[in-house]
Amino acid sequence: MDPPAVRMTNITKSFGGIAVLHGVDFELAQGEIHALIGGNGAGKSTLMKILEGVYTADSGEIAVAGQPVQIRSTKDALALGIGMIFQEFSLIPTLTVAQNIFLTREPRNGIGLIDDREAERRARALFAEMEEAVDPRARLGDLSTGYWQLTEIAKALAQEARILIMDEPTSSLTATESQALFGLIRKLKARGISIIYISHRMEEIFEIADRITVLRDGRRIVTEAIRDSTMDRVIEQIVGQRMERAFLWQERRVDREVAPLLEVHRLSAGNVVRDMTFNLYPGEILGIAGLMGSGRTELARALFGIDRITGGGIVIRGRQVEIHNPQDAIAAGISLVPEDRRFQGLVLDHTVRDNLLLPLLQRLRQRGLIDDAKGNRLTEEFVRSLRIKTDSIFKQVRLLSGGNQQKVVIGKWLATEPEILIMDEPTAGVDIHAKTEILAVIRQLADSGKGVIVISSEPAELLAVSDRLLIMQGGGLKREMGRHEIATEEDLHHAVQAA
Amino acid sequence: MLSRQLDQARSIRVDWRQYMVYIGFIMVFLFFAVVLRDVGFTTTNNLLNIVRQTAIIATMAVAMTFVIAAGQIDLSVGAIAGLSSVTAALAIDRFGPVVGVLAGLLTGLVVGGINGLLVTRLVIPSFLVTLGMMGVAHGLADWMTASAAVPIRNDAYNNLFGSGNLGPVPSLLIWVALVTAVGYVVLRKTAYGRQVLATGGNEPAARFSGVDTRMIGFLVLTVSGVVAALAGMLYAGRLQTGRYQLGEGDELSVIAAVVLGGTSLFGGAGSVVGSVLGALLIGVVNNGLILMGLEASQQEIIRGGIIIVAVALARRR
Repeated sequence: MDPPAVRMTNITKSFGGIAVLHGVDFELAQGEIHALIGGNGAGKSTLMKILEGVYTADSGEIAVAGQPVQIRSTKDALALGIGMIFQEFSLIPTLTVAQNIFLTREPRNGIGLIDDREAERRARALFAEMEEAVDPRARLGDLSTGYWQLTEIAKALAQEARILIMDEPTSSLTATESQALFGLIRKLKARGISIIYISHRMEEIFEIADRITVLRDGRRIVTEAIRDSTMDRVIEQIVGQRMERAFLWQERRVDREVAPLLEVHRLSAGNVVRDMTFNLYPGEILGIAGLMGSGRTELARALFGIDRITGGGIVIRGRQVEIHNPQDAIAAGISLVPEDRRFQGLVLDHTVRDNLLLPLLQRLRQRGLIDDAKGNRLTEEFVRSLRIKTDSIFKQVRLLSGGNQQKVVIGKWLATEPEILIMDEPTAGVDIHAKTEILAVIRQLADSGKGVIVISSEPAELLAVSDRLLIMQGGGLKREMGRHEIATEEDLHHAVQAA
Repeated sequence: MLSRQLDQARSIRVDWRQYMVYIGFIMVFLFFAVVLRDVGFTTTNNLLNIVRQTAIIATMAVAMTFVIAAGQIDLSVGAIAGLSSVTAALAIDRFGPVVGVLAGLLTGLVVGGINGLLVTRLVIPSFLVTLGMMGVAHGLADWMTASAAVPIRNDAYNNLFGSGNLGPVPSLLIWVALVTAVGYVVLRKTAYGRQVLATGGNEPAARFSGVDTRMIGFLVLTVSGVVAALAGMLYAGRLQTGRYQLGEGDELSVIAAVVLGGTSLFGGAGSVVGSVLGALLIGVVNNGLILMGLEASQQEIIRGGIIIVAVALARRR
């Protein structure tokens, strides 16, 4: 039998006296797709950064293809055939695909100048091997993120990578693009390339991985074949003893005889939303499902005044409202937890307090000045009630974990006391623990009589909280379903997929 | 936990860097105080001189702090100061000091407002808009006066703006203190200030939070124009003359002062007091180098070097 592609034995690592990896073993077989999962802070990124040469382990051994190795820098890792596909792409949008692939390793011609033609030729050969149609001469900035991913992969392959580390590779891909990526991953696997796949998305892992390793609190909990496991079991392994009840649907009473809180009538907006009609009742959680590009996010943006409304009407508590910008939306009682918390939700360099209070500044005014004492009190309250883990309200948000960052975004909008809260992918990139807490917040909010719209790509999440589901397609409503009509995640999948 | 450990290390470093301008100021000041003790560097007279020479840059730096913290830049401040000195001087000559002051401020309001409109409505980068406006304002001032100086013979005006004293305190110092105090309170304590910082820190996030980011961009540039006009009128009062060349090249000193003071060139963070101290630091260096008997060319070299070193040290990672 071949030696494993990578064997990490008894890896320990501490930062400032605090151990984050307690003797972790990890083994990647030749040509396998190995999912590495765990909550935020479980140690997966630290372990991978050790393999990538970003950090060095305090103790423990690493062997690549059976040979003991020392990895002291990312250069060492590359030389050993370990390639990384970055979560935030390490590509330059103003250069072409080929120029990106060969960046810093450009082929030269006879007199030492860069030979773009040769780079393009080699890039074309790489894409041919990958069986992907990508024009090496296209400017990267003109291409969609799916192509960025392909370019990243080609770049790693051009460096003769035999081991690819993919960190949340589908996070910015559409559903179709993700499927194409899985196809490519399987092809790479068939060519003997080993892949470490890091993702929060369980369905993907069960679709693509051969084996799975779960880390928790810097220790390896289990490594096993995916066919021997189930999603429930994995979730249990990630969270620990506590059984996960948050994902069970808790039936709630919603009175739909009363006047609707929000009536959207034949709404058209931006380039996508067309003729969308629906109602939202007080105390209701309305789930919106649909494939990427179905107009879910665009609907949210329109209701919040980001995208221009071109037709139709919005009625809140029986009153017609005009929404031209977020200020109008907030005044009308609508708040939006946006899709991308880093880009749209937070000012990462600012403190927890400044982020949380940003939509509230007008209300905190006293004779023209901000009432800081009141603002601090309010922030402390939300940090406590949402259990945001931070040592101070004056800590920069960028230093918080993804789950806690998301709680800050949610807190910031809860603080505005909206009548209607729209949440776009509220738990994306958040560990399971924070996820359950966020779902609990959604339920509480609805229980207090507010209306909540939850947009999500995760069926499990939608089924956990929604009282009613809308399925969108092509910018409009395709189907409306009561929660009772849907028994399993598969049912919802089918409903979404059905053309 | 790990993140906490790392953060503390980082936050300590950030704190230290934020105080760079204060440390730098004290060190440079002490250096000159020792080296130049025989030439009267620390005499009240010389110190007041430094303040007089620095006050106008400091005034513009306060408004520029908001511009840069909001993620914009204003290269036209020096030219606006020159143009306003001219419009104020011409109006004083014809209609008296009250109209003159209004004409000067109106000049800044109009030019700054046009900057703001072009940047936020036509979505042209502020670097380009204000670079163009620098030429327009400078040329206009030159043309209006046929390159000649316009004398101001109104003593009340001259005393109030720059020449006079209130008791022992130069009126310039009062102006700069006033502008600094207002700027400090507005940036730190008002909703507008927080919104400026949020807009510069992450424009989409600010917009998604209900901040009218276009209005913020418009306002910072308009206010910068008005404050530059005030600076121009201070020049005019101090020299008892309006002249198109006044303020020429000041934009560089102003931006240097702001960046020295710890305001991020990428927006999102800013300190009004830091900017004023940055201006003062530049003033102290200028003064000290003159007293040391260096030639203008040598002064320029050292001044440039100090700015680069100070900014490198104060840079946020």
